[in-house]
Amino acid sequence: MEVRVANVRKEFERFPALRDVSLDIKSGELIALLGPSGSGKTTLLRLIAGLERPTRGKIFFGEEDASQKSIQERNVGFVFQHYALFRHMTVADNIGFGLKVRHGPSRPSAKEIRRRASELLNLVQLSGLEKRYPAQLSGGQRQRVALARAMAIEPAVLLLDEPFGALDAQVRRELRRWLRDIHDATGHTTVFVTHDQEEALELADRVVVMSQGRIEQVGTADEIYDTPNSPFVYGFIGESSSLPVKVEDGQVWIADRPIGLSAPHAPQGEATLFFRPHDVDLVEECNGCIAGTVAASRRVAGTRRVELEIGGERQRVEIELPVDHPAAQKTRVAFRPRRWKLFPAA
Amino acid sequence: MADPEIKSYAPHHESQSPAVTESRTARTVLMIVTFAFLGIFLLLPLIIVFKEAFAKGIEAYTQALSEPDTRSAIRLTLLVAAISVPLNVTFGISAAWAIAKFEFKGKAFLTTLIDLPFSVSPVISGLVYVLLFGAQGLLGAWLKAHGIVILFAVPGIVLATVFVTFPFVARELIPLMQEQGNGDEEAALSLGANGWQAFWYVTLPNVKWGLLYGVLLCNARAMGEFGAVSVVSGHIRGLTNTMPLHVEILYNEYNAAAAFAVASLLAGLALVTLVLKTLLEMRYGAEIAATRGH
Repeated sequence: MEVRVANVRKEFERFPALRDVSLDIKSGELIALLGPSGSGKTTLLRLIAGLERPTRGKIFFGEEDASQKSIQERNVGFVFQHYALFRHMTVADNIGFGLKVRHGPSRPSAKEIRRRASELLNLVQLSGLEKRYPAQLSGGQRQRVALARAMAIEPAVLLLDEPFGALDAQVRRELRRWLRDIHDATGHTTVFVTHDQEEALELADRVVVMSQGRIEQVGTADEIYDTPNSPFVYGFIGESSSLPVKVEDGQVWIADRPIGLSAPHAPQGEATLFFRPHDVDLVEECNGCIAGTVAASRRVAGTRRVELEIGGERQRVEIELPVDHPAAQKTRVAFRPRRWKLFPAA
Repeated sequence: MADPEIKSYAPHHESQSPAVTESRTARTVLMIVTFAFLGIFLLLPLIIVFKEAFAKGIEAYTQALSEPDTRSAIRLTLLVAAISVPLNVTFGISAAWAIAKFEFKGKAFLTTLIDLPFSVSPVISGLVYVLLFGAQGLLGAWLKAHGIVILFAVPGIVLATVFVTFPFVARELIPLMQEQGNGDEEAALSLGANGWQAFWYVTLPNVKWGLLYGVLLCNARAMGEFGAVSVVSGHIRGLTNTMPLHVEILYNEYNAAAAFAVASLLAGLALVTLVLKTLLEMRYGAEIAATRGH
C-alpha cells in the first residue's frame, strides 16, 4: 500500500510538533524516520496510524484520503515501543486478538485463529511458545510477538515505534537483520521510527531525516551520508567537522588565506565548511590548505583522532589519521578536505 | 484464569543492615506496645462481641437472628449493598477512566471531589440529604407533589450509602490506570477492536484485582455504615432499619444478647473482608509488580 503524507501540520496545545510535512512512501518499501528526540518522528508515525489526527493536511492510503478514518478503519499494524502486549493473555491469544475482535463473516473460527497464530509464531521463529505469558518472555521475544500480533491482521502498512529501543546492543543487531529478512519475505510497506542512525542507514531502503518538526532530507543511506543537504543532516549523520569560512572570487578563505578549495558557484560571503574527519588529505607544504596546531590526540579503535586549533580564532576541528602516521607526532598539521560542502552562514 | 507470571514475584524483604536496627530492648518494647494496643483495642472487643452473642447459648443466638425485625434489617442491608456497590463500581470505573486516560480542565478538582466523602463526617452527609429531600428541604415540595418518597425510606438509605462509599472503587483504580497508561488500549484499537472490546478484553482484565479490592472495601463500608444512614433512615423497625441501626436499637432496649448476635454478623463480615483483603493484597501486589516489569 502506498502512503502519501501531504502538507501535514500537527499541533499539541498550539505547540507545533510537525510543521508542513510531506512524504511519499512507496508500496513495499522499508522506510526509517530518523531524528533526535522532539523532532516529530513518532508524531508522524502516530498520524499515519490514526492514533492522532492532523491539525492541517491530509494522509492518503493509496488513492484514498484516510485523514478522517479511525485507526480501526485504516488497518495498520502498529508495534509499540514497549510492545504493549496484553499481559493477561497467552502469546497465542495476543497474536489472535486482532482476528478475535472482528465481526461477522470476516471473523475466522477459533481453530483457524489458533492456526494463524502458530503460523505467525513460526515466521517470527518462536514456535512452541504459544502458551507462555508475556512476563515469561525476554525483551527480544516480546518484540517478536508484538510484530507477529501486528501482522496477524494483514495490515496495509506496518508501523514500528522505536522497535529495538528497549533492547541491548547484541539483541538489537540480531533483530535488525531478522526484521530485514521478514520484510523481504512478506513485502509489507513498513515505516519505523528510530533515533539510531546506524540502525536507520543499515536497515532502511530510504531514510527520512527529521529535525524540529520538519523533514530535512529523504534518501537512500548513500545519498544521506554522501550528499547531506543541510548543516543539520551533515552534523547529525556520521562524524563531521565544521569551520566558519568566507567565499570570495570563487575561492574558500579562512581568515585572510585561501585554503585551496574552489567554489565557483557558491554565493559570496560568510559560509560554513563541512567535511568528514576521515575524508581529508594531509599536505606537506601548506600552499593553500587548512593548517592547525595539535590540541589533542586520541586513539579510537583502528584510527587516531587529532583535534586541531585553526587560525587566530582557535576554532577546533577533528581529523582522522592512520594510527602509525608520522603527522600525529607533530605539533602542526596541514590538510585539505577531500570531500566537503559549503552552507551559507545562517 | 491462572496467571502464571505471579510465581516469579516472590515476597521480597529488605535486608536489615545493623546501622538501622534498633537495640534488642527497644525492639521488644515497641513490639509489646503494638501488640498490647492491638489486643486491647481490636482483639478484645471482637472476642467480647462473639462471647456476648453466644452468652445465652446457641439457641438464643439463632432465635435472635430469626426474629422478623432482625431478618428485615439483614434483608435491607443486603439490598442497600446490592444497589450501592454496583452503582459505585460504575461510577468508580468511569471516574478512574476519565481521570487516568484523558486530559481535561477541572481534573484536579474532580480528583479532590472524589475524596470529599472521606473528609466529611457521615452525619453531615446524612443531614445534607435531609436538607435536600426533607419536607422543608429544597426539593421536598416538588417530591411530595409527585409522590416520590426518598427520606425515611429505602431510596434515602441507598443515596446516603452511595455517598459515603463512592471513593472506594475510584481511588483504587485511578493510580492503577494512571500507571498503566493508554498503550494497551491503543494496541487493542490498532488491532481493530472497538472501544467496548478494548475495555472488556484489555482494560478490565488489567485492573481486575484492583477493582475487586475496591469492591470489597466498598461493600464492607456499605453494610457497616451507621452515621449517614442513621440520619436519613427514620429508624422504622422492620422497614428502614439496617443491621448497624438495628444493633443500636436492640442494645438500647437492654436486649444485649440479640444486639451482640446481630453485631457478630457484622463482625464476621469484617473478618471475611479482612481475610479476602489480605489474600488480594498478596495477589494484587504481585500484579502491580508485574505491571512494572513490562
